[in-house]
Amino acid sequence: MLLRTLLALAALALPALVHSQTQPIRVGAFLSVTGPAAFLGDPEQKTLELYVEKLNAAGGLLGRRLELVAYDSAGDAEKARGYVKRLIEQDKVDVLVGGSTTGETMAAVPLAESAGVPFISLAGAVVIIEPVKKWVFKTPHTDRMACEKIFVDMRARGMTKAALISGAGGFDRSMRAECLKVAGKHGVQIVADESYGAGDTDMTAQLTKIKNTPGVQAVLNAGFGQGPAIVTKNYRQLGIGAPLYQSHGVASKQYVSLAGDAAEGVRLPAAALLVADTLPDSDPQKKVVASYKREYETKFKQEVSTFGGHAYDGLMLAVEAIKRAGSTDKAKVRDALEATRGYVGTGGLVNMSAQDHMGLDLSAFRMLEVRKGEWTLVK
Amino acid sequence: MIEQYLLSGLTTGAIYALVALGFAIIYNASHVINFAQGEFVMIGGMAAAAAFDAGLPLPLAVVVSIGAATLIGLALERFAVEPARGASVVTLIIITIGASILLRGLATIVWDKRIHALPAFSGEAPIAIGGATLLPQTLWVLGATVVTVAALWWFFNRTLTGSAILAVSHNRFAAQLMGISVRRVLLVSFGLSAALGALAGVLIAPIAFTAWDVGVMLGLKGFAAAMLGGIGSGPGAIAGGLALGLIEALGAGYLSSAYKDVFAFVILLAALVFLPNGLAGRRAAERV
Repeated sequence: MLLRTLLALAALALPALVHSQTQPIRVGAFLSVTGPAAFLGDPEQKTLELYVEKLNAAGGLLGRRLELVAYDSAGDAEKARGYVKRLIEQDKVDVLVGGSTTGETMAAVPLAESAGVPFISLAGAVVIIEPVKKWVFKTPHTDRMACEKIFVDMRARGMTKAALISGAGGFDRSMRAECLKVAGKHGVQIVADESYGAGDTDMTAQLTKIKNTPGVQAVLNAGFGQGPAIVTKNYRQLGIGAPLYQSHGVASKQYVSLAGDAAEGVRLPAAALLVADTLPDSDPQKKVVASYKREYETKFKQEVSTFGGHAYDGLMLAVEAIKRAGSTDKAKVRDALEATRGYVGTGGLVNMSAQDHMGLDLSAFRMLEVRKGEWTLVK
Repeated sequence: MIEQYLLSGLTTGAIYALVALGFAIIYNASHVINFAQGEFVMIGGMAAAAAFDAGLPLPLAVVVSIGAATLIGLALERFAVEPARGASVVTLIIITIGASILLRGLATIVWDKRIHALPAFSGEAPIAIGGATLLPQTLWVLGATVVTVAALWWFFNRTLTGSAILAVSHNRFAAQLMGISVRRVLLVSFGLSAALGALAGVLIAPIAFTAWDVGVMLGLKGFAAAMLGGIGSGPGAIAGGLALGLIEALGAGYLSSAYKDVFAFVILLAALVFLPNGLAGRRAAERV
């Protein structure tokens, strides 16, 4: 009994001792935990907290504790800028993980670049890594990759003429532009390009126009929120026969439950995380996505999202890089990040290089189809 | 093609018309433009979805949500507008803007930030009419709008309370001298507007879903419809709503969907410049 008490006391005292001897490794995060992009920042923050805790329980990193310093930038680029300044100058973080949205990320880029702090963004747009910025990396796949994945699938089904319908939001417009840019490269011709507004309740007019456009073999909806679910319902109402593709923006159970039977047969590109349970055991990502899904869902009692997965990858990439660098020297960590090869994350297989600070290829996306109300892998 | 555009336009237009009627009723009673009108639409849809998810049968969920929205409308009048009754119209309008922000925030706390759906009232099998298809829910939207408009006509022309509201809208002072309680008229107007908004929200939820922020755009479109029709005019609100819906659908179909909202608002601006009193054309007597 006495021994056990002593051991418990020692265990309690140990982290404090280590703490006093060496400084913790500080991970600075700025995420949209509240506000319009809360659905991104909320799972991201939870993921970071969960895994920083787990890493510390497993002995920390380089014999030092990890410390998460997180601020809520609420989807506001101006706030993000202020917090990043504080993370760099006052909190003196070793690595930055965050920027739930592209706007917040781009506001932080100049600060990270001039201070020379390794920065892993969790936002989608191509502009973050193109052109390549010395200190900036990102984990999520881009909308351009989603477009390419869809066009490759269309060609595999022998389709060359597609219609595009997109919403008015930032995600929608960015994806529309990327799709228009890469369609030609994949031999797909965009024969109709329609759009709908934020908060629109009915898209049958636009879809009727597409229906009456000669030669349309497939329809691609670049959208986010409830728009794509309304498009799907209207699509079935009008009885359009061409296959409907949605974007990775609605890759969630919610989309299927909103659109109901109308979603049957809809295809979309998504990260492996969404089909973690149905992935074959031989899949290289099976282990990481299944364990992340289990750990997250046990802890928070809510469905895992790809956004939380991006944060998981961001943290783990940083941890791996610090391990390989053997220190928290910022230049060494940056070089180690850029040298990441063969990291298997929730987003896919990551192979970074001096030209590619994201390191994902099209295999990161799985083509899924809704069958009987469930996402299934398209072989 | 044209049949489909007309049907789409009428459905959307009917919803705009219901929202616009809500604006008109409160404007008539108080000269206040109630910017929380869209939030009543949101509350209608969200409360119905929440009640249905909690296990209530659909008709009961609809009644409960409209009842809840009516109570919130009454509370808004009693606890926010009434205490400021001596204030200017502009102050009252600002109060309603504050109320709309408060109601949106409360919705994210009471419910959540997710998108919710309500099942269609009678199935989802599309009905073919000529070259167009429509959903059974569309018939519910159009039918309920017609019934509501008829009921409102009866209320304003055949009941004492309705006549009292009309009297206050024509001349508040004279109505007061006749022994009409302006406070009660205001209270009834807010309750009625809230119920109308909630009805629109319930009707549209199976077609367009509902979320804590759907009231913003629907409120704005309803306001545009009310202005287009002539603010304060019942028939004008209906005409304005239907016209706005049709303009959007036909514009998106024949011109460009990218400028769909632009057509609607350009027409609205044109109407304000060339027909400052709206389609209904009633002259607003401005007291200076």
